Amino acid sequence: MLQRPPDLSELMRAATAGDAISYRQVLQALAAWLRPIVQRGLYRAGRGPEDVEDIVQETLLAVHLKRHTWDAREPLEPWVRAIAHHKLVDMLRRRGFHQHLPIEDYFDRLAAQPDASTNATTSDMLSILTPAARQIVESVSMEGRSAREVGDRLGMSEGAVRVALHRALRRLAAAYKRGEA
Amino acid sequence: MKTDDLISALAADSHIVRAPVSRTAAIAFALGGAASFAMLLAMMGVRPDIADAVATWRFDFKLALAVLAFAIGFTECVRLARPAPSRGPTLLIWVVPALLLGAIGMELAVVPVDDWSTRLLGTNAVACLLAIPSLALAPLAVGLFAMRSGAPRSPTLAGAAIGFASAMLAASLYALHCFDDSPLFVATWYSLASVPIVALGALLGRRLLRW
Repeated sequence: MLQRPPDLSELMRAATAGDAISYRQVLQALAAWLRPIVQRGLYRAGRGPEDVEDIVQETLLAVHLKRHTWDAREPLEPWVRAIAHHKLVDMLRRRGFHQHLPIEDYFDRLAAQPDASTNATTSDMLSILTPAARQIVESVSMEGRSAREVGDRLGMSEGAVRVALHRALRRLAAAYKRGEA
Repeated sequence: MKTDDLISALAADSHIVRAPVSRTAAIAFALGGAASFAMLLAMMGVRPDIADAVATWRFDFKLALAVLAFAIGFTECVRLARPAPSRGPTLLIWVVPALLLGAIGMELAVVPVDDWSTRLLGTNAVACLLAIPSLALAPLAVGLFAMRSGAPRSPTLAGAAIGFASAMLAASLYALHCFDDSPLFVATWYSLASVPIVALGALLGRRLLRW
């Protein structure tokens, strides 16, 4: 097990109260916490680790869009674990359980500590977005710009950028669900 | 897209938080219930002797039981809309059937055997079988639509719970119109009338509540 920060639930409570820094922290901690869990789940289904990052991302997206279904009186981890399990099962169902690969092929990689590097990339899921939406997501995420900056550059209001970003994230989650991303 | 980049995008979107599922469900059933109540008044009306009926234990029991069943169904809707539902109300769920059995026992004790079948069949069982599902459609539709914001472990089960709550809300309203107050009638026909709505809720939930 990776060492996990002491109290993710507390951090998430601060995040839902509007603390954006706590929110980023909690998502990063969850990503690191989820990787070995997802990897073990894939392993049990007779699969290699190549889909780990996809499922971690899909889980984070669901954590984000469904965080109002978390009861703040409960610990955060069981709720996130349930989401990860749901997304894992969904993915396995989409891909079909039949493509089993011999575990030995992956034994070396499984034995190693999961790669917690943040460089892990997944398939290009942004390609399902419209060019405008894609530009907004990329400016906010990869370039780390604020909604106001993006708005100034694209000639949109800050609010319109925020709405477009939220819509784009929901569209990404929907595309994942349909198995497009 | 790197996971870190995704996290940046999510953090930038952190200010939009939807209402908790309990509030969403409350608003949905309030709206659906209001629509059904309007439908009841427009198409059937409240029974004219309602003032006298309230003074009888059978009517009060019928109404209270339907409202209680709705309350239980409502809490189940909220509970089952979560990915990791807390453990279910093991005892609470048996309260309604237990009360119903108790009332049936009482009814059988005070009513002569020859009248049992007339009490069971009542004056209008068919109307009950048609009215409760009809009145349940509005809350079912609004409830299913609203609960798409949830993240149920089992969409089928979550849909069935919405169906049950909708049927019990419809039953609570229909109880104001219906002349048959015998627990024998209520246990038989109100239960049968809610079956199609629970099934429809499960069927639609399976499709609509996936996430």
